[in-house]
Amino acid sequence: MQALTKAPASKTTSEAKIVTGAEAVLLSLLEEGVDTIFGYPGGAIMPIYDALYGYQDRLRHILVRHEQGATHAAQGYARVTGRPGVVFATSGPGATNLITGIADAQIDSTPMVCITGQVSSALLGTDAFQETDVLGISMPVTKWNYQVTDVKELPEVMAKAFFIAKSGRPGPVLIDITKDVQNAKFEYTYKKCEKIRSYAPYPRVNAEDIEAAAKLINAAKKPYILAGHGILISGAQKELLSLAEKAGIPVASTLLGLSAFPCDHPLYVGYLGMHGNYGPNVKTNECDVLIAIGMRFDDRVTGDLKTYARQAKVIHIEIDASEIDKNVKTTVALHADAKDALTAILPKVNKNTHAEWLAEFRACDQIEYDKVIQKALNPPSGGLLMSEVVNYISELTKGEAIVVTDVGQHQMATSRYYKYKTTDSNVTSGGLGTMGFALPAAMGSKIGKPEKQVVAIIGDGGFQMTLQELGTIAQFKIATKIVILNNSFLGMVRQWQQLFHEKRYSCTEMINPDFVAITKGFGIQASKVTDRENITQALQTMLDHDGPYLLEVVVEKEENVFPMVPAGASISNIRLE
Amino acid sequence: MENQNGYSTDVKLFIISVLTENKSGLLNAITIIFTRRKINIESINVSESEVSGVSRYTIVVKITREKAEKLVKQIRKLIEVLGAFLYEEEDTHFQELALYKVPLEPFLNDSNNRIEKLIRDNFARILVIEREYIIIEKTGRKSETTKLFEELKQFGVSEFVRSGRISISKSKRRTETFLKELEELSASSMRKN
Repeated sequence: MQALTKAPASKTTSEAKIVTGAEAVLLSLLEEGVDTIFGYPGGAIMPIYDALYGYQDRLRHILVRHEQGATHAAQGYARVTGRPGVVFATSGPGATNLITGIADAQIDSTPMVCITGQVSSALLGTDAFQETDVLGISMPVTKWNYQVTDVKELPEVMAKAFFIAKSGRPGPVLIDITKDVQNAKFEYTYKKCEKIRSYAPYPRVNAEDIEAAAKLINAAKKPYILAGHGILISGAQKELLSLAEKAGIPVASTLLGLSAFPCDHPLYVGYLGMHGNYGPNVKTNECDVLIAIGMRFDDRVTGDLKTYARQAKVIHIEIDASEIDKNVKTTVALHADAKDALTAILPKVNKNTHAEWLAEFRACDQIEYDKVIQKALNPPSGGLLMSEVVNYISELTKGEAIVVTDVGQHQMATSRYYKYKTTDSNVTSGGLGTMGFALPAAMGSKIGKPEKQVVAIIGDGGFQMTLQELGTIAQFKIATKIVILNNSFLGMVRQWQQLFHEKRYSCTEMINPDFVAITKGFGIQASKVTDRENITQALQTMLDHDGPYLLEVVVEKEENVFPMVPAGASISNIRLE
Repeated sequence: MENQNGYSTDVKLFIISVLTENKSGLLNAITIIFTRRKINIESINVSESEVSGVSRYTIVVKITREKAEKLVKQIRKLIEVLGAFLYEEEDTHFQELALYKVPLEPFLNDSNNRIEKLIRDNFARILVIEREYIIIEKTGRKSETTKLFEELKQFGVSEFVRSGRISISKSKRRTETFLKELEELSASSMRKN
């Protein structure tokens, strides 16, 4: 990919100059340190694209094949860099195609700035060509949105957009700019937004709450940390490690918290939730102090709330006040950024070890190993299993790759069997569960961290939802590796049908195309593997390849992901088989 | 009855008072928070407050306290919301305004001045007298404006309209003081990096 000059970092007011609204958008992006835009042009955003022609040396534009792809790519970029992903789209269908990715970014707290073109102000509300109420449509799924109809507002709105997207609990914002504003000339100056009176993104840590939390932790016999995405967002990995090690507390991870704590650490006990590990789930209902950090007690984690951790005193560290007491009633609520809260609490926590308590987790590990993992990693016969393929990927990449997953069985298998050793290396669609997420998100992740190995693991169903992005990957030579775990089924739905609908496999079997031929048609290297003998070599060939590569792995058709907490059941009733 | 979190499961009337920047689109942003949870708004009133550029919303809902508290937190999350407060009826002073359109004829033929007496007894007043009708205005609580409506029915009420509730809390804090504290909070809640 072409090298880019880094954008000037400026906190001061830029010099005044006369430019069009379109050019002002680009200058504002540069002021915010943006180097990459994912987008798709169209009539109502033409002036911005025209201005972009003159900025190609400073702003790289990745022309996706569908606007949804732009949003997921921006999410991937944001998740691995911590910087907002930027998206351009035109009005009407361009804008509506962004909605899935915006909703995904909203629920998974991913910073994103979407800029949509809009019909001219005079045409607003007239059902003009490609006009749609993108503000109204995106309002429920954005952290903030705004329509610019006066060019003079542009710099301030752009600055606010970036400030809101990345601060506090991050999220997507959408700026809709009418075409006349893009064309209008005005005197442009830029000043970064540093505060908004109605918005306090980083609440002050309350000293009394910190005392109360430390007291609970110090008195706990069976303390237990649930590590969430908030740790990664606030950059509190070190503080989490220090707390766990100092007080000897077992740490489990939520889906989006994966990679915040190294999987090979002696205090790491595994992955939480519906398809999580056995110990982390059942021990939630046995601990005496539950320390939930930067997580929101999603129903996929808690199962039946009536029976969830009722015995435990709950400390909830959370930056979003509306998440506190939303699902689980807290004993001590720390309304704060995870890093700020952990930094404050650390000196007040006593050194401790809870060896017996940790041993209880290890006993669970053994049960899970004997009943599930052993068979999942070393099947005696039959077709390849998702679990063993993920395990091979984990071993071959030494747990150091950025792993991007789609949604379904392969996602759960990856969350269970990939051993994350480096932080910020798990990119997946959690809250919204968006099939089609992984391929574009992997391309955004690779662009964000080109020096890292990026491996997308995708099911055959999800792959076909956004496979057109192979075109983008080919055009921009984005060296992401793609593994399709192909079972010719919508595997997770089929698993539910098997377990809860008497094997009535309604509309879940897929007759798939030749993925290798399709990929090669896009000019990307690809191969297919069907047996155990050749899997590691095939994976190694993929990883060693200089450039993008797709490996189709044919896996067992009717494999199930266990353990499993049936929807709405208590997490204590986790099924091992 | 209490639920597992110790909240009463009783449904009662709550008043949610919201202060926002006076910006287009915010009414929509606030009401979709109710729509998404399928919570019906009993009444809503929005107008500029005593502080220029700041709007005050008075929203009346009939829900449980737990739901009401969660709603208020969600409203506070909106970037341009300055504050959202939850009140029960007794925490506020409140009024509604009702207008009644009554045909003029019974009024003219009312030798015993029954309508006039009704108006007086209900502390209402005549707003407009036209050739065909009169318009009566009354402020008060819903029970009071409804009572007058019931009593006027015998003369034929051709139109009846009632405003949303407006309320003022019994709290002593001034809005301007609140906004000042808020500005300080937003300035001090910035990240060092």
